[in-house]
Amino acid sequence: MIEIENVRKSFGPLEVLKGIDLTVQNGEVLTVIGGSGSGKSTLLTCINGLEPIDSGRILIDGTEVHAKGTDLNKLRRKVGIVFQQWNAFPHLTVLENVTLAPRKVLGMARAQAEEIAVRQLNHVGLGDKLKTYPGRLSGGQQQRMAIARALAMSPRYMLFDEVTSALDPQLVGEVLDTLKMLAQEGMTMILVTHEMAFARDVSDRVAFFHQGVMAEIGPPAHIFGDPQHPETRKFLSSSRQ
Amino acid sequence: MFDTALTANDFIFLAKGAWMTILVTIVSVIAGTVLGIVFGTFRYQVGPIWAAPLTFVLDIFRSIPLLIQLVLANAFLGTVLRLNLSGLTIACIVLSMYCAAYCAEIVRGGIEAVPTTTRRAARSLGLTWWQDMREIVLPLATRVALPSWIGLALGVMKDSALVYVVQVTELLRSTQILITRLQEPLLLLMICGAFYFVISFPLARFGGYLEKRWSHD
Repeated sequence: MIEIENVRKSFGPLEVLKGIDLTVQNGEVLTVIGGSGSGKSTLLTCINGLEPIDSGRILIDGTEVHAKGTDLNKLRRKVGIVFQQWNAFPHLTVLENVTLAPRKVLGMARAQAEEIAVRQLNHVGLGDKLKTYPGRLSGGQQQRMAIARALAMSPRYMLFDEVTSALDPQLVGEVLDTLKMLAQEGMTMILVTHEMAFARDVSDRVAFFHQGVMAEIGPPAHIFGDPQHPETRKFLSSSRQ
Repeated sequence: MFDTALTANDFIFLAKGAWMTILVTIVSVIAGTVLGIVFGTFRYQVGPIWAAPLTFVLDIFRSIPLLIQLVLANAFLGTVLRLNLSGLTIACIVLSMYCAAYCAEIVRGGIEAVPTTTRRAARSLGLTWWQDMREIVLPLATRVALPSWIGLALGVMKDSALVYVVQVTELLRSTQILITRLQEPLLLLMICGAFYFVISFPLARFGGYLEKRWSHD
């Protein structure tokens, strides 16, 4: 379970998170929508401990992410994150990209790490690209590799930060299909996305962020069918155009 | 009588000079690179303000002509500190610092060329700072820095000609000694140049080979 309690975060004078309260249950798929600068991506990097927070707290299975004694490297094994820019390690093959963390962080033997990596890469449809370097892959393939790389750590939670935003339109589908598959398998996920149809389709709940505040949260049918907050309505009608 | 023809012994004499050039270069480039990696990483890590004193010292080594550094270091270490160091040791110390000063900049540039988003991805997988440095930053920064580093190593090799001022008879100094005796400057300088070429060529080719091997995309 991920518990977010009254989290505040500023970059200099700009407050990007103004007291966020949110709980994500195990097995839940939560999508976060909202305009740019609404704080949704920042929230993900805070959950992972990549960004410090100013006040409040974030608990992952009861462990406080930003507490002094917390071993972040250990905590991050539980929480996979995939970014908008897929961030492949260009000097490593696809297989090496995926085996790196299991070997170095979990101390797995090469053979075992490769077995897991091959399984995950097959899962995302890259089983035939094991020896390829990322530079030879399309954006969609690189993003799927990044997903497999995160999954190879067997995380309990997955965070996806606008993973299709930097892709060519014809490549978005293959990545969304991968996400959909994960959701159906019961992975606990928080997705920040601009793909409204996708959000409606896969989410258990949808949260709408506006200027650092979670303006509205509810099942997709409510948020998309009958939004209560005026900003949600405004945002949805503008994104439909 | 003086012998005015080029003999096999003269070639051996030149080869000994060339060996001294190689020795000074290898020691200085290795020590300079190790120091350069430490200084460059430190500068990147602590930011410009905390690194200012180090940057200042490195700037001194980069901006004062090597010849002056050698003479001053020789005077300071030998006469002032009364250390009983050989010319070779002094030459290696000065050239190592000179190399380190340039190398630190190359290293810093290499680290800066690794996108922060890539490093973030590595850390988000649970890699520690050290693991990120070793597995991601080192290989990627090395690829960026390699051409400049090869240039630096070749530069140090040629600049090592100046260590004659601390009584080290390296390749160019050996050549000058022969020129004085044989009065054949053009021929001897051509031979000397050929020696330099033979020393640098493998290094330059090795760099080219690595660059080719690393270009996957």
